[in-house]
Amino acid sequence: MADASPATAADIGRIFREESGRSIAALIRVLGDIDLAEDAVQEAFVVALRRWPADGLPPNPGGWITTTARNRAIDRLRRQAREREVIGEAAAIDPPSTIDPTSEEVGPVKDDRLRLIFTCCHPALAPEAQVALTLRLLGGLTTEEVAAGFLVSEGTMAKRLTRAKHRITAARVPYRVPEDHELPQRLPPVLAVVYLIYNAGLTGRDESSALCVEAIRLARLLAELMPDENEVAGLLALVLLIEARRAARTGRDGTVVVLAEQDRSRWDRALIEEGHAIVRRCLRADRPGPYQLQAAIQAVHTDAPTFEATDWSQITALYDQLFQFAPTPVVRLNRAIAVGEVDGPGPALGLVDDLLPELEGYHAFHAARADLLARLGRSAEAAVAFDRAADLAPTEAEREFLRLGGRSSSR
Amino acid sequence: MPHYMLAAHTRADEDQDSMTAEEQRASWERIQTIETEMKSKGAWVFSARLHDPDTATVVRMSNGEVLTTDGPFAESKDHLGGFYLIDSPDLDAAIAWAAKVSEAIGHPIEVRPFAGVAWEPGG
Repeated sequence: MADASPATAADIGRIFREESGRSIAALIRVLGDIDLAEDAVQEAFVVALRRWPADGLPPNPGGWITTTARNRAIDRLRRQAREREVIGEAAAIDPPSTIDPTSEEVGPVKDDRLRLIFTCCHPALAPEAQVALTLRLLGGLTTEEVAAGFLVSEGTMAKRLTRAKHRITAARVPYRVPEDHELPQRLPPVLAVVYLIYNAGLTGRDESSALCVEAIRLARLLAELMPDENEVAGLLALVLLIEARRAARTGRDGTVVVLAEQDRSRWDRALIEEGHAIVRRCLRADRPGPYQLQAAIQAVHTDAPTFEATDWSQITALYDQLFQFAPTPVVRLNRAIAVGEVDGPGPALGLVDDLLPELEGYHAFHAARADLLARLGRSAEAAVAFDRAADLAPTEAEREFLRLGGRSSSR
Repeated sequence: MPHYMLAAHTRADEDQDSMTAEEQRASWERIQTIETEMKSKGAWVFSARLHDPDTATVVRMSNGEVLTTDGPFAESKDHLGGFYLIDSPDLDAAIAWAAKVSEAIGHPIEVRPFAGVAWEPGG
């Protein structure tokens, strides 16, 4: 191609991240084998790394990868004489002899990535296996990157992935998009996996913020592929609105900055507007669910010009609604914190104390309690609660913040 | 089509004895309905109910000698009470059958894919 500009390794890396999920998904459908599909896509990118820097990018890099990978996989199957039936099947779907590797991808009828995510997040797989498969196969993360995001060794993660893939093959987890009537059971684990990936990025070390980016990409993809599912839209709005505030959650020196203290000019306005537009659309559809309600709560927060101007009674009402869908002590805790801003720390402390047996091991419980005690002038009790919260906090930044008595929230 | 085992695991302390005669009959009727449906849809291959684990004999070869011990292989509160061998296109279909059986008998069902199944010649 005369007008093609040479591609750098960085370009190719970006394309891999963006396109490998689609290619792997398409090839799993054609080949019926996850490992074979993965290997073939890897191989195609190796070819791309060799050719593209000199030849330039093809017009449709993703399609080029899929087509090249498919041809490689079919070549490999041909060499393996025993698997003739599989070749017949692959050839029937798309005769390899007629594929022009430079042509645009002969597009799949429906995006195979939707099949892939429902297979990765099949309820028969353990949540950590669902997360690992989703990041590896759809996100195009390396095993090493997935391992780093979840603080396990590369070997452990490799084993986890191998076992999960073996399980899918041996037990024949189907490669299909669930029927509408199955979605109430099948969609929640998919949404949970994406949200879990986001939160792992949010609470992890700096390197893991790539997981936030990946979770948002997955949420966007799901929203694009399932435009009629309000909870999918709700999840996207939720992660966008949390992401909008992510930079402001951390001070210049790496310390935790609580909501009340955040510099709201550092919030990402574009993400907030996008999130708000989705929340408004969900409200109009009027089919609430837990992700939409959490997004609505985030929308109220991000709508307020200052912490004091936050519509806390609206937030309390949204938590009441959320509790109908998710009757968990954590929802009650968050509601109690909102009550503290409406009715004052006294009534809120009563609500928080009710949660003691269930949330004794949860740092945010002790942090909320400490804050309320401090506001009531009960500083000795507050100090004990801050210490307990610090002992339980998951990250060093939070531990430090809580040991200082949550000082940035000295109200 | 692939084969799956639907294994019904029961606990020693909550065996059928804990069911009233009425409950046992209702459970049996639900099972019959499910088996009829399995057969009409071509999913049923084989089913079996086992005697209690204390009727089991474990056999080992030791230096060319047969050693037998009474009782089940693994001492456990849970034991295999019976199983179905079903023919099912994928795990989702197998899980759907398992859900029905579990509901009927009030016990969890382990769904396990067969790696291979052999039949008697000409069978």
